[in-house]
Amino acid sequence: MTRAKVFYFLQTYAVLILIAMLMLALSLLSDSFLTGRNLLNILNQNAPLAIMASAMTLVIIVGGFDLSVGAIFAMGSVASAWLAVNVDPYLGLLLAPFVGLALGFANGLAITTLRVHSFLATIATALIFKGIAVALSDGRLISVRLDDFTWLGRGRFLGVFNSVWLMVAFALILTFLLTRTTFGRRVFSVGGNEEAAILSGIRTNRIKIAAFAIAGFAAGLASIITTSRVAVGQATAGDGLELQAIAAVILGGTSIYGGQGAVWRSLAGVFLLALVNNGFNILSIDPFFRDLTMGLIILAAVGLSAVGQRR
Amino acid sequence: MSAAPLLSVRGIGVRFGDVDVLSGIDLDIRPGEVHGLIGENGAGKSSLGKVLGGYYRASNGEISVDGRPQNRWDTPAALDAGVAIMHQELQLVPALTVAQNVFLGLEEHRHGILRGTEAARLDVLMGQSGLRLDPHAKAASLTIAEQQKIEILRALARQARVIVMDEPTAALSKSEIVQLHRIMRALRDEGRSVIYVTHFLNDVLDVADRITVLRNGKKVRTGDTADETRETLVSAMLGSTKTDTLYPPKSRDHGEVVLSVQDLTSPTGTAVQRLEIRAGEVVGFAGLMGAGRSEIARAIIGADPASGEVAVAGRALTDRSIAAATEAGIVMVPEDRRGQGLVMSSPVRANISLPHLGAISARGIMANARERALALGLIDQLDIRPAMVDGDVSNYSGGNQQKVLLGKWLAGNPKVLILDEPSRGVDVGARETIHREIGRLASEGVAILVISSEIDEVLGLATRVFLVDRGRLVDEIDPDEVGEAEVLAALFNHQSVGETAA
Repeated sequence: MTRAKVFYFLQTYAVLILIAMLMLALSLLSDSFLTGRNLLNILNQNAPLAIMASAMTLVIIVGGFDLSVGAIFAMGSVASAWLAVNVDPYLGLLLAPFVGLALGFANGLAITTLRVHSFLATIATALIFKGIAVALSDGRLISVRLDDFTWLGRGRFLGVFNSVWLMVAFALILTFLLTRTTFGRRVFSVGGNEEAAILSGIRTNRIKIAAFAIAGFAAGLASIITTSRVAVGQATAGDGLELQAIAAVILGGTSIYGGQGAVWRSLAGVFLLALVNNGFNILSIDPFFRDLTMGLIILAAVGLSAVGQRR
Repeated sequence: MSAAPLLSVRGIGVRFGDVDVLSGIDLDIRPGEVHGLIGENGAGKSSLGKVLGGYYRASNGEISVDGRPQNRWDTPAALDAGVAIMHQELQLVPALTVAQNVFLGLEEHRHGILRGTEAARLDVLMGQSGLRLDPHAKAASLTIAEQQKIEILRALARQARVIVMDEPTAALSKSEIVQLHRIMRALRDEGRSVIYVTHFLNDVLDVADRITVLRNGKKVRTGDTADETRETLVSAMLGSTKTDTLYPPKSRDHGEVVLSVQDLTSPTGTAVQRLEIRAGEVVGFAGLMGAGRSEIARAIIGADPASGEVAVAGRALTDRSIAAATEAGIVMVPEDRRGQGLVMSSPVRANISLPHLGAISARGIMANARERALALGLIDQLDIRPAMVDGDVSNYSGGNQQKVLLGKWLAGNPKVLILDEPSRGVDVGARETIHREIGRLASEGVAILVISSEIDEVLGLATRVFLVDRGRLVDEIDPDEVGEAEVLAALFNHQSVGETAA
């Protein structure tokens, strides 16, 4: 009984325990780790991924996967840069998240009307979105050297990067949505037992569409942070981000089978991966070991969650 | 006098959670017999078949083959000993051919490279058994009856001496059933044994040599078919002694018509001309498995598309969605609590509030205190244990899960309550609580429709009972005048009348 409880505790808080252990180890191994500057940099660098992983949590809890958020990120990057250069910098920053929202909505419609698994549908839509982004940008970089555009990604508010404020605000809003609203309840029930949700009078398709729309919005939001920081819009931006976001969600302990999970877990997952990365940089170890270690950590996390499922 | 048993079991018991599905079963299967296993729905006939075939693990008891006790008895061990099981849901690989399915796992190969001899081997096997199929046809393209032949051939390819067939005729036409019976006799004449699990009395009487009757997870008797008739089997299935469950007193004081259904038809086969339930009245549906009882309920609440009129308290429902039905006060407690009822990954509180989120929220934001109070009230009312609003339902016993499910639908104070198999797989205590609650709700003026495979339960709770066959209400009876045996006999009659008509 107590062993089961210890196991349960470990499984529930595995990601936090790992983060604490890693922070302790890195603080002992290097003087440059536990500095405000380094920690703030880690947060700043990973804010876009954290925003996308937060929203991916909803998609996974509702029982889906979104493999198109990297492509939506690319669309956001190209769209915001193009608008900034050709129309208005502020309009570019403002519209890109809504471009993402529209694309995510399209994902949700495709999944619910065609009744295909989201995994397949979003592989297809990712190719479509990416293709549009390449066509719009003509395959070139769109450079935006305008202070009215770069302030978002480079500026600070009260000493902290704007990106970090955005990430915190977005994660808090999603947490509120998921834990305190009827929408959040419906998300959990659709992922936990869709048939029971339908028989409880829930329009499950609407809930799914909303979850994918939010994931699209998050990808658009993440894209303007990065695009404004590097002052360049390009169609290859965001490549592979969808897999990093999914890995972070699962690493955090959200069930890939749906019905269970939390936004804070995905943030923890993002920063666990970020700490590993940072540690290898600080200690200047061969990058080969970095990928190897990350792979092993993800595998261990997935294994732990599978053991929990089987119990 | 007769040959030594091929397969015999002593004191077999099976327990799921806190419910005894089978207990103390002794049974001998002789070589070269067709042995019928019959019983009411839930009597344990199918479970016994699965234990014999090694698919279910018995909680206690002993299984011997040729007089040798077996210490391991699972599907591979059973196959080794020559016992194969043909499930109700056939276990075929649809994309493979007939021959590949028959020899699945028995392919001839050289260092793992297939020699492609399955079709030729199947020809030999078909020649021996007289069963004919196209070896190269894809399994998915065949009818159910043909797919069953694949399963039988598969059993023969494994030298099975005993084949357990679990409800094999459920999806077959009359002529296909005749053909299956011919196959069974041929198997018997070769010295093999067939264990025939079914709820069709005419079928067992037609083909079985001996029949074992089960009731409430216990064996009533095993007898030669020659000594049995439909009447003797029905009375054995029901027992002479009434079950000692006490049902709540029936309210006779009915109010206005609350639920009124007219000309309801659905693509799932529902065809109900007229059904009215008054306030405080408990109406029951009795029917055999697959008679379309649940489909009628689903059509009423709008879970399946249906045409026709459904009115609650005189007001016809225009929006036929489940949400609108819930809003109007008509709800259904579904039969499958794991599949359709509860969200196992959510706590008790969230399960109870799920259909009523609108009522316990303001502008989409949950009122947590109200949700907890709602759950707490129902936990108390239904005696749900453990009594925790945040309890993890997946760890609850079947009976308590069923109470949570009932609570989920009582939380909205319904005017019409439809209960589909309200006490399936629950312990005696929970069953009593649920029945008492049904009685209390009726006395408070709720219109109730009870659907149950246990005829006893329908008769005990309802003041009016409809017999259901193929989605239609074929007869109305007074449960105080008519006994269980008569109801069952009437249901079998309707069934066979329909068969000859079809």
